[in-house]
Amino acid sequence: MNRHFRFRKFVEWANWVGMLCCISVSVFFLVAILGYVLVHGASYIDWEFLTAMPVPAGETGGGIANALVGSFLVVMVASLMALPIGIGAAIFINEFPSHGFGRTVRFLAEVLTGVPSIVVGLFAYALVVVPSGGFSAFSGSVAYAFIMVPIILITAHEALRLVPDSLREASLALGIPKWRTIMGVVLPVSSRALITGAVLAISRALGEAAPMLFTAFGNSFWNVNLTKPIATVPLLIYTYATGPYDDWHQKAWAASFVLLVVVLLTSVLTRAFLRGNSNE
Amino acid sequence: MAGDEVTLETLHRALPGVKPVGARRQVVNLGDWLFYIVAKSLALLVIVLALLLVADLCRGASEAIRQFGLKFLVGTTWDPVTHQFSTLPTVIGTLVKGFIALLLAVPVSIGSAIFLTCYTPRWLRPVISYPIELLAGIPSIIFGMWALFAMVPVIRVIQIWLKAHFGWFFLFDGPAVYGVGVLSGSIILFIMITPIITAISKEILLTVPRAQIEGMLALGSTQWEAIWKVALPFSRIGLFGAVILGLGRAVGETMAVTMVGGNSFAMIHSLFDPVHSMASQIASEFSEATYSLYVSSLIYAGLVLFGITILISLMAQFLIWRISKGKLALLD
Amino acid sequence: MMKLTSVTAALLFTALSAAAGQALADCPTKGVKELTGAGATFPYPLYSKMFSEYDKACGVKVNYQSIGSGGGIRQLSEMTVDFGASDGIMEDKQKADAKGGAVLHIPTVAGATAVVINLPGVKSGQLKLTPDVLADIYLKKITNWNDKRIAAVNAGVKLPDLTIAVVHRSDGSGTTFIFTNYLSKISTEWKDKVGSSTSVNWPGDVGGKGNEGVANSVKQIPGAIGYVEVAYAKQNKIPWVQLQNKAKKFLEPSLEGAEAAAEIPTLPDNMEVVITDSANPNAYPITGFTWLLIYENQADAAKADAVAQLASWIITDGQKFAAPLDYAPLKGVAQKKAMALVKKIKVNGALVMK
Repeated sequence: MNRHFRFRKFVEWANWVGMLCCISVSVFFLVAILGYVLVHGASYIDWEFLTAMPVPAGETGGGIANALVGSFLVVMVASLMALPIGIGAAIFINEFPSHGFGRTVRFLAEVLTGVPSIVVGLFAYALVVVPSGGFSAFSGSVAYAFIMVPIILITAHEALRLVPDSLREASLALGIPKWRTIMGVVLPVSSRALITGAVLAISRALGEAAPMLFTAFGNSFWNVNLTKPIATVPLLIYTYATGPYDDWHQKAWAASFVLLVVVLLTSVLTRAFLRGNSNE
Repeated sequence: MAGDEVTLETLHRALPGVKPVGARRQVVNLGDWLFYIVAKSLALLVIVLALLLVADLCRGASEAIRQFGLKFLVGTTWDPVTHQFSTLPTVIGTLVKGFIALLLAVPVSIGSAIFLTCYTPRWLRPVISYPIELLAGIPSIIFGMWALFAMVPVIRVIQIWLKAHFGWFFLFDGPAVYGVGVLSGSIILFIMITPIITAISKEILLTVPRAQIEGMLALGSTQWEAIWKVALPFSRIGLFGAVILGLGRAVGETMAVTMVGGNSFAMIHSLFDPVHSMASQIASEFSEATYSLYVSSLIYAGLVLFGITILISLMAQFLIWRISKGKLALLD
Repeated sequence: MMKLTSVTAALLFTALSAAAGQALADCPTKGVKELTGAGATFPYPLYSKMFSEYDKACGVKVNYQSIGSGGGIRQLSEMTVDFGASDGIMEDKQKADAKGGAVLHIPTVAGATAVVINLPGVKSGQLKLTPDVLADIYLKKITNWNDKRIAAVNAGVKLPDLTIAVVHRSDGSGTTFIFTNYLSKISTEWKDKVGSSTSVNWPGDVGGKGNEGVANSVKQIPGAIGYVEVAYAKQNKIPWVQLQNKAKKFLEPSLEGAEAAAEIPTLPDNMEVVITDSANPNAYPITGFTWLLIYENQADAAKADAVAQLASWIITDGQKFAAPLDYAPLKGVAQKKAMALVKKIKVNGALVMK
């Protein structure tokens, strides 16, 4: 073994240690935060918490049922709007290249990721609430969709970009029309990264409270009507976390724990559901 | 035809009747045409929405723009009582916190992604990567609360130690005992954006063709050399995209950074000073802004933030262009 | 004979309907089942309790969300909500901008703001502060806890050599409005240099988000001083100080002190008054009302009826929920004047409640 080889082995080892440090830092914070939420929140959760309505100040018990259902509805409608727009635009930028236009769209998406969520909420307020004269769950979905589209677009674009051209050309050479190539070859191949992007966007939306202040508004009562104000989990967490009572703080942690479980389930289920199509 | 290059042109010469792809005519039948129209409309929608947002911001900020003009960007007073508003301290606060957060997050997250893809056995990967995605979904208020209760006391101890031993250095010459401030704000941002960058980088790295890596290894390179010389350059652009998403979150994050940033309007001089970021200022003051110039100034600040994000994105584009102009030929 | 009978019948009828009306005095009579309100965070816990009880009593669902006083004022102006709530009085320009015309400020409860501290060795209620000392601390003119001026009022209390860390609210808030209003009244220097509003340009130091943020910052930073609603001080068990009121008495924050602050002879009819630095000898100096904001001239008869009944209930039957949650209920003249304001609500020129 000559010196140069030993040096290269040392570099290899040093970098392995370095990467290990990086992942350790990530895992450390992961455990610290998730652990904290678990410790403070898990004990409060029972069947009542998940199925009962919120109770007013000064009373214990009660739950977050209306917020759970509300968040589900609002985020689902938002995803139905954001996923086609984000993925469709990414497909357009990557599969139908047209110099300036595609780059502009991608650039705008990058800029939009930096818009604070409260500004998005105000935009949705001006766009939907003011013309319709009142708060509604739908306006909340619009706000969430606005936050989700840039994340989905950028992730999808990167995912599509990394599909090798050889696959596309092989498909086209077989006479398959372009659109079916995209739908049947390109998308499935990049599906895992697409799903990651979708899950990141959905979990981001599930956790944002600020846009809801002026759109979905919140509701102390049960509501599943999209044209009326609706309760959402992050807003409830915010209200409870900033209140004076210890009982409320506990509920905030417990609700956060529930939110995390929902995100985990979304992540696991979407992947399990689409496992057959991906190109592992 | 031995010796001929296999290119699109030769292929299409060999198989007449199949229209060339990537040339001017990109759509050949009804299905393609419809698909093209739909995809293009969706892309157009993104542009329209972005323009609507800018228009809405401009309309809301118009009163403040008329009142303050460009002095808004260089003044240092934010006084709701005397109706004087300017954003230089918060611009600096946003940029400093975002920069420090990114400085910490990029190596840690890309390092983690590399470790996850190259050094972790396959069965272990989901065990770590699912929780990392989970972190990306925690509401910012929870990050804020955890930071305030669990992180800030630790940072306070570190700050006091730093001030005692290195207080002569301007960065450490500040009110260490507060605990909240630039350092706490930057660190919580770092913790918040790392999961996003890690999750996306992991996906990008997983798409590097195994053949390339194995080729390198077959030629006798170490694992690290294969990563450094093949995987990273190949995924360079994608990783950049991941970092941009993280940066966007860092600049636009409100709740968590408000809870531990210290929130002062004064200019910062050290790492321990309390400071506002633009997003946290807008979110904090908006619900109680009582008169129209106040509201308008806050929206003006939002517009300035938007402008800053555009500038940063432009710089990022420029960097990508410089990088890809270079030695990219080997893999594309 | 006929006349007598009809008169008796009429009297009987009036008596019966009056009795029946009395039983459901405060429930909407025109079929409205839902109301939306928005605004101040300070009374939110109380309103959540009140509206839950109101639902039980009348079957009417009042959806109130605490988006901030400014938010409440704006939504009321835009008429996206049926009533607003605010810890501060609307400014003239805001009143002019309100789309529905004149706005009534109907006080519902009063609340005290405690000044809290983190001084090792000093217990809650032990430290005394005079108004000028408090103002100068917040003006950053007094910077250490062992300053002579603090010691002068606190004979026998061991004051450590510790820098004062001033904590304030980073977000706009009605609590800040009340606190700075008080400081402006008792210190001309504060009034000139800083002023009074929901958000001001503080001379220093740390801004916490929400009452929770201030409470936590004060708890964590040795030598800190801050201001929070009494409920937060109590729930977080943070030591508070005794403040000297206008009658030179030192008082801890309490419900009685807040109620006393509201009992002054100079209450205006429109109840648009900030009761800080009250002249009442038993008043706690940093106290304020919180108001419901309702349009005086309503367009929809059913909604007008519902809103008026709700306001009336809050001021009368609803008050019993205030004290258990640390809010000072309306009493005496304040309650009468509030009721008089409710009676001013009209629809198309006709009074809703007689």
